[in-house]
Amino acid sequence: MIRKLLLAASILAAIPAAVAQPTAIVGGRVVTNTSQGVIENATVVINNGRVVSVNTAAPPAGATVVDAKGKWVTPGLFAPFSRIGLAELDSEDPTNNVSAGGSDFQISLRAADSFDPDNTAIAVTRIEGVTRVALVGGNSKGLFGGYGALADTTGSFNSIFARDVVVYAEMGEAGASAAGGSRAAAWTWLLTAFDDAKTYPRGFADDNEGDLLKSKEAQALKPVVEGKVPLMIEVHSAPDILQVLSLRQREPKIKLILLGATEGWRVADEIAAAGVPVIVNPLTNLPDRFEILAATLENAGRLSKAGVKVAIADPNEATHNTRWIQQLAGNAVANGMPWADAFAAITSVPASLYGRSELGVLRAGATADVVIWDGDPLELMSSPDAVYIAGVATPMESRQTKLRDRYLNVDEDKPQAYERQ
Amino acid sequence: MNWRLKVLPAIALALGACATTAEPSAQTTQVAASEPSKPIPPRVSYPKDPYPSTYKPLPPQDVLIRNATVYDGLGGEIVNGSVLIQGGKITAVGSEAAMTMPAGTKTIDAAGKWVTPGIIDIHSHLGAYPSPGLGAHQDGNEVSGPVTAEVWVEHSIWPQDPGFTRAMAGGITAMQILPGSANLFGGRGVIIKAVPARTAQGMKFPGAPYTLKMACGENPKRVYGYGGGRFPGGAPFSRMGNVAGYREAWQRAHEYKRKWDKYNTDYDAWEKKVKSPAPKDGKDDKGPGDPPNAPDRNLELDTLMGVLNGEILVQQHCYRADEMAQIIDLSKEFGYKVSAFHHGVEAYKIADLLAENGICGALWADWWGFKAEAYDGIRENLSIVAKTKGGCAIVHSDDANGIQRLNQDAAKALADGRKAGIDISKAEAWTWLSRNPAKALGILDKTGTLEPGKNADVVIWSGDPFSSYTRADLVFVDGAVTWDRQNIDAQPVTDFELGQPGEGDRK
Repeated sequence: MIRKLLLAASILAAIPAAVAQPTAIVGGRVVTNTSQGVIENATVVINNGRVVSVNTAAPPAGATVVDAKGKWVTPGLFAPFSRIGLAELDSEDPTNNVSAGGSDFQISLRAADSFDPDNTAIAVTRIEGVTRVALVGGNSKGLFGGYGALADTTGSFNSIFARDVVVYAEMGEAGASAAGGSRAAAWTWLLTAFDDAKTYPRGFADDNEGDLLKSKEAQALKPVVEGKVPLMIEVHSAPDILQVLSLRQREPKIKLILLGATEGWRVADEIAAAGVPVIVNPLTNLPDRFEILAATLENAGRLSKAGVKVAIADPNEATHNTRWIQQLAGNAVANGMPWADAFAAITSVPASLYGRSELGVLRAGATADVVIWDGDPLELMSSPDAVYIAGVATPMESRQTKLRDRYLNVDEDKPQAYERQ
Repeated sequence: MNWRLKVLPAIALALGACATTAEPSAQTTQVAASEPSKPIPPRVSYPKDPYPSTYKPLPPQDVLIRNATVYDGLGGEIVNGSVLIQGGKITAVGSEAAMTMPAGTKTIDAAGKWVTPGIIDIHSHLGAYPSPGLGAHQDGNEVSGPVTAEVWVEHSIWPQDPGFTRAMAGGITAMQILPGSANLFGGRGVIIKAVPARTAQGMKFPGAPYTLKMACGENPKRVYGYGGGRFPGGAPFSRMGNVAGYREAWQRAHEYKRKWDKYNTDYDAWEKKVKSPAPKDGKDDKGPGDPPNAPDRNLELDTLMGVLNGEILVQQHCYRADEMAQIIDLSKEFGYKVSAFHHGVEAYKIADLLAENGICGALWADWWGFKAEAYDGIRENLSIVAKTKGGCAIVHSDDANGIQRLNQDAAKALADGRKAGIDISKAEAWTWLSRNPAKALGILDKTGTLEPGKNADVVIWSGDPFSSYTRADLVFVDGAVTWDRQNIDAQPVTDFELGQPGEGDRK
């Protein structure tokens, strides 16, 4: 136990609290994600964890100056759908907290309660420029996957900065299967759950159960039906998307986010008119299921063009390769999405999905998540030189970089195990 | 008995013959008998290529691609380079001024574009695990036993898999389709061209060798041991069980090979006696006697004997460094060679050992953590294997999505390698995508580089292929355009996609 405490102390010491001396990042090409757009040769001043200014003025006296000439300076990437910290090894159940098929509770489950700040995928993700993630658990009994949370990627014990930001539900083919075998069953399940939540606690006085949900689960769903917490529904085919959008007539308070939306381009105007944002994987282009026959690499670009608010993630690579959002956004550009929209899709749009206007942008007052890149952040061969989270420069190392350094040259006399990285 | 040599059995050389030669089967050999002598019983042997390639190139067109940045696949870069394609072959690479061609040869101005050899994916399951991934389409693992060397994955390939057309759009010109990794011996792999066809035979790469898929580690022991005894024997249950399973099978293969070698030697001797009977001097009038009996055929051991005879190339799924070292010793114990380790998430830990043994590492850029044996993945894996003297790095996919952008995986691996101080050029990194996989598949004499005489398997990229913004503009297989990004009519649509939402769309 003493050893554990010492270890904890050393980790905390490595990431000091923001000090009251400004840092000025000068000379870079700054992507603000605001109406200021991209500013060449700009100065970004940060202090006390916040952005103080973004302009072309000289750095303030006394500031620590960081030269970013020839570099790109951007807000930290914000992954709109991630599971880092939820599974150390996907295939090893004791390390995998993504879903809980054996639990009587589903909606009530909170990803924040499963998050492990010591998970090695966190640093692996951080050093590629991702500073914030939305953690979303999966469903395995019924439609609901529980509450998602927001975390930074410092790996500190207080990484979680918002506990209950979204509830996840799965419709479409997988939802049909989870609800008993048909889309009709899934739809009835969903509506019945809403009704239970709306009648909670009144309708639960007799036997503590609704038509579908136990009282605890109905209570958990209540903020969703009241529109206080958004509902992220995974859905892919155009007809399924339209049916989910039709919820807005029956449940006008519910705030929807569509996850997947692989055939979204077929009903892009309807999604745009509904004002519902989407989280898409721009690389899905195989008719791997009958619900995604019309998958195309151009989905993200077409949705964006139609005026849909688009965020980008690959839910199937969420535990270990959340860092792929850089490549996903770059490929969206290659297939018709404007660069600014694609970059916003992994920064400011995800922040807005969860109501965090202080993240994903560089403007005075924003949280100082800043990444200095050695090139265009959507290019495969670019990578961060520095990653600031809330104003603090974070270590650019991970378990992977330590393995790399240990084996970069194997001609030493002693076994590698004697080498401290 | 009076055996007379009337017709030399046409199949006599079959065991040593090239796999591409069309050979009649033993059953159909015509032996013209003339009384009173009896026909010579032919040597028992079996065709090596009973499901032969029927591939025909699309109509090729002679073309000069000019003004491009050319990566030749050998590690070289030519600025303002040209590639001349004639008769489906590459006939010249380099400076246009040095090239001669008939007047009126079509030219493609590739200014601002890049030209490379087509990408060869050494690890794909397209067609065997096709899209859509229906229950009825799970044809990639013959899970019925840990040793299924008798299955051939080409018998599972559904040529209407839309994944083939997506791979073509990604600049793929050839690929190896492998059985899955459930088994210790998963069966034979097959090398195919990235072309639309009605049959698997229509895609088979003419003259390419067969391969054998083997698998290490977690998958076989999970499927058979942890599978709860659902499968015969309930073994292997452990890594040591895996190795015992390989050894037992290789031992049987050796005994099988010994029987066939003995049979062929005995038949040679017998045939010699038939051809030159001893003079009838009354002392020895027995004649050559009956021909030797051939061993019973065993389809599983046929494949393993093919490996021991050096005709079939071993493709070994293996993640951990220590296991790859065990497999290398196993191959030495039984006298065969591993062509490439696939996945090799820890290849960087033993890059020297792989190089010393001439074994390629077919690797991902950055898949890791999905299971324990993939825990130590690093993005510099490819670069470290490549920079080791004698090292052979290959980018592979094992995935219907990954196969569409192997150039992007190379870019990620190259970038992180450089950041760690490993100095590799983009042109050198292209060897990971074409030359090295061609070498590990035994087809480097036919494809994999831009050299005169090779098949014109070529890609014109819209820009630097190590950029996320670049797409394959034109893809040539044997000098014929298989994919044209600018011309939707030159983008094949599979049967499956006809009459479906999204038919004929840009994919």
